[in-house]
Amino acid sequence: MTQLFEYAPAPESRSIVDIAPSYGLFVDGEFVDGSGTPFTTVNPATEEVLSEVASATDADVDRAVRAARRAFTRVWGPMRPADRGKYLFRIARLLQERAREFAVLESLDNGKPIRESRDVDVPLAAAHFFYHAGWADKLDWAGLGPGPKPLGVAGQVIPWNFPLLMLAWKVAPALATGNTVVLKPAETTPLTALLFAEVCRQADLPPGVVNIVTGAGDTGRAVVAHEDVDKVAFTGSTEVGRSIARAVAGTRKKLTLELGGKAANIVFDDAPIDQAVEGIVRGVFFNQGHVCCAGSRLLVQENVHDEVIASLQRRIGTLRLGDPLDKNTDIGAINSAEQLARIRELSDVGEAEGASRWQPACELPDRGWWFPPTVFTDVSPAHRIARDEVFGPVLSVLTFRTPDEAVAKANNTTYGLSAGIWTEKGSRILAIADRLRAGVVWANTFNEFDPTSPFGGYKQSGYGREGGRHGLAAYLQEADK
Amino acid sequence: MTHVLDPDAPAAAIPPRREPLAPYRDVTRSDAAFRAFLHGLPGVDQVGAESRVAVLGTRSIKTTAKAWAIDTAISMVDLTTLEGADTPGKVRSLAAKARRPDPGDPTTPPVAAVCVYGDLAGVAKEALTCTDISVAAVATAFPSGRASRAVKLADVRDAVANGADEIDMVIDRGAFLAGRYLDVYDEIVAVKEACARPGKDPAHLKVILETGELVTLDNVRRASWLAMLAGGDFIKTSTGKVSPAATLPVCLVMLEAVRDFRAATGRQVGVKPAGGIRTTKDAIKHLVLVNEVAGPDWLTPDWFRLGASSLLNDLLLQRQKLRTGHYSGPDHVSVD
Repeated sequence: MTQLFEYAPAPESRSIVDIAPSYGLFVDGEFVDGSGTPFTTVNPATEEVLSEVASATDADVDRAVRAARRAFTRVWGPMRPADRGKYLFRIARLLQERAREFAVLESLDNGKPIRESRDVDVPLAAAHFFYHAGWADKLDWAGLGPGPKPLGVAGQVIPWNFPLLMLAWKVAPALATGNTVVLKPAETTPLTALLFAEVCRQADLPPGVVNIVTGAGDTGRAVVAHEDVDKVAFTGSTEVGRSIARAVAGTRKKLTLELGGKAANIVFDDAPIDQAVEGIVRGVFFNQGHVCCAGSRLLVQENVHDEVIASLQRRIGTLRLGDPLDKNTDIGAINSAEQLARIRELSDVGEAEGASRWQPACELPDRGWWFPPTVFTDVSPAHRIARDEVFGPVLSVLTFRTPDEAVAKANNTTYGLSAGIWTEKGSRILAIADRLRAGVVWANTFNEFDPTSPFGGYKQSGYGREGGRHGLAAYLQEADK
Repeated sequence: MTHVLDPDAPAAAIPPRREPLAPYRDVTRSDAAFRAFLHGLPGVDQVGAESRVAVLGTRSIKTTAKAWAIDTAISMVDLTTLEGADTPGKVRSLAAKARRPDPGDPTTPPVAAVCVYGDLAGVAKEALTCTDISVAAVATAFPSGRASRAVKLADVRDAVANGADEIDMVIDRGAFLAGRYLDVYDEIVAVKEACARPGKDPAHLKVILETGELVTLDNVRRASWLAMLAGGDFIKTSTGKVSPAATLPVCLVMLEAVRDFRAATGRQVGVKPAGGIRTTKDAIKHLVLVNEVAGPDWLTPDWFRLGASSLLNDLLLQRQKLRTGHYSGPDHVSVD
């Protein structure tokens, strides 16, 4: 037996999902037609059109906001908190029951590997609902003052990288605190949000508590700008975040923004090297690098640079790129042609600026949008690939000599969402973490998420926290001082 | 250390210590140097190692890949019986099974070796004549290793003289845990010398680390390097007499060690998880680990073995299932 261990294709069946040829908006508990020109959503791994989706105009958004307001004043706001909790528990259980359906649909619409949608996105989304369901009747003990009050109607705009998970991060705390929502999913990945709408109906959630309006940038702008929205929550690019901050400025609306990142993953010479290499891979190639907190800047101590890079390259050589529905796929498709163009452009700039590009021998499928895992060495802090968010499977490697230099380089970014520290020395973890200006600091791990842990950024990575006790504050009125 | 194996023998002159391979020639020059070297190996983060094997455990091995994996796993089995109640009859029946694991299907490959206590190596050897199946014998006061070095070496020479092609020795865990690394090293070197066979290549030496007693993954990495530097041909997880025996995180760390050792010295060392691998699913998880951690070079019986007894029957049942499309049952494979 001389042949190699070739893994036979192991595709997850897509027969479990039933994609309708077209979808409407979910307003006031009903699917309704949108007034805008419908758009298509595409499987990024094959460029196959999955479905046609309605586009919400200002008038449609207005209808959704009015439905949300009605639901807030008549049903959801006055409801006993324990009963709100029951609905959330019910939604969480339904997400678990229909987990395979959600995972397959997410991988089809987004291009991410089924292993990640099955083992990360969907279980975490359910966990967020379970966690917040528990808070619903315990808000008095959240340390936010006695009898904290909801804000009203929350307008939420979410990105395409974790469509269902970002929905859960937004919807679960809003509902648990007594608000109603109008949510706009990203135009390239609306399908799991629309399946979630079905789950809301299955859970008998009162009409209007959750409204889902699909569309492009204009729909998002309409949600943010609507004068009867009390709270705006956005996850996405810093550029759009800035325009939202401008639009909301001077109004009574509360705002949380979770924006871009350029996280430093710091590897000291006393790190557990094999696990650090895993952490680097997980940090930047998880979800094709479409992660706002991706560890896209590797800061490695110069005296172990060669060893770590050799190890990393060998490890990257074992990553399996291809069909997102294959259970053995590690790297899926890039979500859209636009994103692929941006990744290509920034990578070309990296090379033009003098960094060395390395990519494993890796066959890309003929159709669909793909980019191989990429490592840039010889990167200087002045290069654009060390400063700009690529939002793709591209790692920039920089070196440092001392802990002070590591901290200085890690903090030398306009972002501040996350960071990683790799060392076997516990005291060093605590000392360095204290000095990093990043919302989340992982020690000897990376991209680990939990609903109990607050998440959010410094500087241009945004403001406000999601998750944990801190995340509740973003959806409650401030206590009288 | 005193011993009475041969009280009249004159005290042997201590030979100069055998040096490890370049670039590590000088690491055994003193206790302090050896300790500094072993403790200077990169640490292992247990949480990270566990999450890595958990992810690799989700690999979905189906159809042709599964068929290949099952046959490969069968060919890697060291079919083992290590009981006080072992008899020549029992060993002969095991040898028959090793030659032809599935009497109903002659395409089933034979296993790699039969593993017995040293005194039964001769019986096994005879029962396996005219086959490529090796006889492996456990030695060095297996499983505890608690005897004087002279006794251990006599045990090894006995087994080799009885026809063992492979010696599965245990390291002195007491010495290792007490930090006397050079003692452990010297003993492995001495056992390796005792594996010599006149007119033939020396018996293959598998070094059992008994990772269930070393407990931490840092210790597993250090013991792996120690055994490889001392000249072990294989590093093996366990005796099967201590729980936990082979676990995936332990196997991961050992595979990383043989991979790094070959990269540094050019010498390839094999890995043998033993004990506790009972199902085809477990075996396939190990093969995935080998494939993605050490690499395909290790995916042959020359470089990877599975020490097991009941595993073989499950592999045979799964093989039958793959061929016929339905499960048969325990009466369709032979009892050992």
